[in-house]
Amino acid sequence: MSQPSMSEALRGVIRRDLLLAMRHRSDVAMSVFFVVIVASLFPLGVGPESAVLRVIASGVLWVTALLACLLSLGRLFTADYLDGVLEQTLLIPQPLAVLVVGKVFSHWVISGLPVVLLSPLLGLQFGLSGDSLWVLTLSLLLGTPTLSMIGAIGAALTLGLRGSGLLVALLVLPLFIPVLIFGAGAVTNSLAGIGSEANLSLLGACFLFSFAFAPWATAVALRIALE
Amino acid sequence: MFQTVALSGSRGERQLFSDVSVTVKPGTLLAVVGENGSGKTSFLRMLCGLLSPDGGAILWQGKDIRQLKELYSAQLTYVGHLNGIKDELTPVENLTVSASLAGDESSGAIVQKALEAVGLVRPVHRLPTRVLSQGQKRRVSLARLWLSTRPLWLLDEPFASLDAAATSYLTQRLHAHLNNGGMVVVATHQEIAIPTDSIQHLRLTR
Repeated sequence: MSQPSMSEALRGVIRRDLLLAMRHRSDVAMSVFFVVIVASLFPLGVGPESAVLRVIASGVLWVTALLACLLSLGRLFTADYLDGVLEQTLLIPQPLAVLVVGKVFSHWVISGLPVVLLSPLLGLQFGLSGDSLWVLTLSLLLGTPTLSMIGAIGAALTLGLRGSGLLVALLVLPLFIPVLIFGAGAVTNSLAGIGSEANLSLLGACFLFSFAFAPWATAVALRIALE
Repeated sequence: MFQTVALSGSRGERQLFSDVSVTVKPGTLLAVVGENGSGKTSFLRMLCGLLSPDGGAILWQGKDIRQLKELYSAQLTYVGHLNGIKDELTPVENLTVSASLAGDESSGAIVQKALEAVGLVRPVHRLPTRVLSQGQKRRVSLARLWLSTRPLWLLDEPFASLDAAATSYLTQRLHAHLNNGGMVVVATHQEIAIPTDSIQHLRLTR
């Protein structure tokens, strides 16, 4: 009788979720289109003045990333809960928190990574310069996994509840605020020439803190949801 | 050896069962029977560790499963009321993924063989599971038993949606597992065609 190693179990969860995402390409495409359309509406609505666009760029792009993450949180555990795969996941002989890391990583690859990759293009629409584009991309690279990890706690806590979509938003949006402030602040500081190291460091700290705490909290919430 | 000691459980305000003490020895099958709503599924989920009991203990080789945690999960295969498979994946993909996550052999040939053992012919192996009938989906889920090398099988209504041929395949598989010294706990409404000396019954009443 054999038992999967921790890395095998982690790889297995990621592989399954990415395979499912490949079969649901429309869901992934919708997240990308959402980000592109929302970010493109602002320059159209506000007007072509690059000074104004540069001022609002960081806030708009970060809120867009945050909403894209929120929109996809419903898919994180619900399907697995309804088809019994979550039950089977809980019985994999490895710590559930490790398996949660795999699920959150897949969620980030599907919903967060496209935003990171698109951010230089989106930033150009707002007239961001080379340095600020780099800071925007880096801040999203640090911040979007944190959003996925925090979001996973909310998704697990509301699993199986009626109106869980709204409830997730109410639960996690306040927790997203520090990430939003530090992320948008990094870009704003870069534009002002102040230097964005402090904000990026704080984003890194948020990432490390959520990485240490969120998988464990999500695992506890999932066990409660399945009771 | 697998034991429950004075196990009691409830759902919400309703007491489902209390003071249930049973011992399942290697090579024996415990058939959990009872009316709908009598708590069979809850009992099985408790044995898996998915549900906490109100009282009592579940022991694996004399140790409480709450202490064993993942060590206990590594000893069991659970086929629940839900199939635990993904409609978007093919039967082969479903089985490969679940076998690799369970640490079982998951090579293509072995997975194909397991699917054939439950009577799923090759053309079906590469179809998305969503296009299969309920009975075929159940077969995909049960095919995990042909890959499992774990000693304890916990099965919730495994015969539901199965035709006579699939029922026969499954019965033979259970028989082989018991002959190898395995243990089976099965919630069912159906008589199982296995020699009576290896079966014990637990009746749950409302």
